[in-house]
Amino acid sequence: MSTGALPEINSTSKPFVLRITPPSGWCEAPFKELWAYRELLYFIVWRDIKIRYKQTAIGAAWAIIQPFLTMLVFTLFFGKLAHVPSEGMPYPIFYYSALLPWMYFATSLQNATNTIVENQRVITKVYFPRIALPLAAVFGSLVDFGISFLMFIALVLYYGIRPASSIFLFPVFLLLALGTSLGVGLWLSALNAIYRDVRYVVPFLVQFWMFASPVAYPSSLVPEKWRWLYGINPMAGVIEGFRWSLVGRGDPPGRMVFVSAVVVVLILAGGIAFFQRMETTVADVV
Amino acid sequence: MSTPVIRVENLGKRYRVGQRERYFALRDVISRVFTAPFRRQKRDYLWALSDVSFDVSQGSVVGLIGRNGSGKTTLLKLLSRITRPTAGFAEIHGRVGSLLEVGTGFHPELTGRENIYLSGAVLGMKKSEINRRFDEIVAFSEVERFLDTALKHFSTGMQMRLAFAVAAHLEPEILLVDEVLAVGDLDFQKKCLGKMKEVSSSGRTILFVSHQMNQIRRLCKRAIWLDGGSMQQDGSAKEIVNAYEAKALKTNREELERMPGSITFGSWYIRESRSNRLDLETQSGRLTVRFEAFAKQDIRKGMLVIILRSSENVVLWSGMYADLQIRPGPWKFDLAFESLPLNPGIYSWETRFYDGHAWLEHLQSPELSIVSETDADIFSYLKGSLNLAVDFDLLDQTDCEVERL
Repeated sequence: MSTGALPEINSTSKPFVLRITPPSGWCEAPFKELWAYRELLYFIVWRDIKIRYKQTAIGAAWAIIQPFLTMLVFTLFFGKLAHVPSEGMPYPIFYYSALLPWMYFATSLQNATNTIVENQRVITKVYFPRIALPLAAVFGSLVDFGISFLMFIALVLYYGIRPASSIFLFPVFLLLALGTSLGVGLWLSALNAIYRDVRYVVPFLVQFWMFASPVAYPSSLVPEKWRWLYGINPMAGVIEGFRWSLVGRGDPPGRMVFVSAVVVVLILAGGIAFFQRMETTVADVV
Repeated sequence: MSTPVIRVENLGKRYRVGQRERYFALRDVISRVFTAPFRRQKRDYLWALSDVSFDVSQGSVVGLIGRNGSGKTTLLKLLSRITRPTAGFAEIHGRVGSLLEVGTGFHPELTGRENIYLSGAVLGMKKSEINRRFDEIVAFSEVERFLDTALKHFSTGMQMRLAFAVAAHLEPEILLVDEVLAVGDLDFQKKCLGKMKEVSSSGRTILFVSHQMNQIRRLCKRAIWLDGGSMQQDGSAKEIVNAYEAKALKTNREELERMPGSITFGSWYIRESRSNRLDLETQSGRLTVRFEAFAKQDIRKGMLVIILRSSENVVLWSGMYADLQIRPGPWKFDLAFESLPLNPGIYSWETRFYDGHAWLEHLQSPELSIVSETDADIFSYLKGSLNLAVDFDLLDQTDCEVERL
């Protein structure tokens, strides 16, 4: 029964002192602590992905089927029938390059919203920075994104499109997509922990938001004068950024992306603050 | 006396009554906004813990005792940072591991192997630590053969074993444990207690909640008694546990009257020793078990069933007593046993009363603990519950043949 001896504790070194106090008025930044818990973050992502694919019949294929079918429908109705302008791109490329970040955003929101409630048993039994949960949801959705990206590569090869130098800016837009998903996801998961109604609002919100974003149409439909204002919807900047950097046609969406980036930073900062405030009471409420 | 690793100063936690473990629907908030002006602003608060202060020095094992709702778990939740205090503060020097439940972080769809990693990570282990101790964990859990089976196909007992195996291999400097040893069979409990002793002897500090006073006696040098959210007593485990048990024996009459039902049961004790434990060395032979009750109504034809269960909930004995005439007021029921031939272990009494309309069930607390100094540590599940006096003879062939004739 006796297993290997436990290492003795060195009582002279006491580098780590933890002070437990009532929550102060404003929040403490979670970054340092999150770093200490990075392995747990990795395990949560790993668990979520594993479970998602264990319970579905065709697993990862969903990540391709969904955007692909949507792309077909958009190509047929918005493209071939309604003749929506496509900046000189083939319709499948035009739509799929927008659906890539859009599907990522939508999946992230759905996963992040429910994550606090789904993990309530763990939350009430053990401590870890709660922000790891929505963070894991947003990172975990990157796997689906990666899989659907393979389809995009196939499309690009099929249409013989050669990436322009704008491709080097793609990581920036990917980061922007991640920031947008995380920022909105933090708000929704914190709100859903307090008000369960939020979960029912999210599908509607996602649908509504999609029509307000240049997924089915180009942002060039918005008059030049007002286009920067369109960037207030951060997904507008993300989607146009994706299209431009991946396909390399049309003008760089400079000012719009800048406005989007500013908005994302604001949403993200607000989301972190709001989430941290909620965190101090979440174990009592969920 | 070494330096304190846990310092708790005037710690308090307040809940709004009815808010605990409740979330809101937006509708509630909206309706509250509209009705608020018409309602008196009256908020009921409940201090689940108030003004608790103590120090724990390194390497000590401290037992936390008290009735349900006395704030033991709240205290552990505050110290493990699951929830934040409302008042006061605590200082902790070192890495904290908390074990408020067995199987925290387990997921039924994942395999045993995957769950070891997941639960380990959730409980605060590093991946390298889990890798290093993986074989030990598996050996401790005794479920090697099912490592690659999904957890949902495990029996409850196997899940518990696996869960505790992970938990037992945590290496925090301070371990907070809540009543998790109450699960599993006695043999496995023994193994876990042994593990905890091992942990404490390596200089780690343990704060330990239990309802089983024997465990507190065996494991802890010091105990803290919480009552109604505040400190009742703090001192040597033996004294505190004795004081606690003595108080538990006295039935609180007002409480009995407040409880629902036509008849309510208070406490029970062994009359000869005035306690809930039976020491096999000092006590043998005839003994009387007394149950205290309070009747609120006239009961014409009552029926009482008393059940004795083992720690695995197996019914060992039951007695049924019918046609009881009971008038309102306090009552005592005495059961005189010629002997109680039980092996050391934890047993429980359950009473069921039929008052002519409904059955009132009551699980008596605390448990009946049978102790013996001589073989406190060696009994295993093979020993069973019954302690029967048996004469054994070894006969050779010739003896048998004589008998056959």
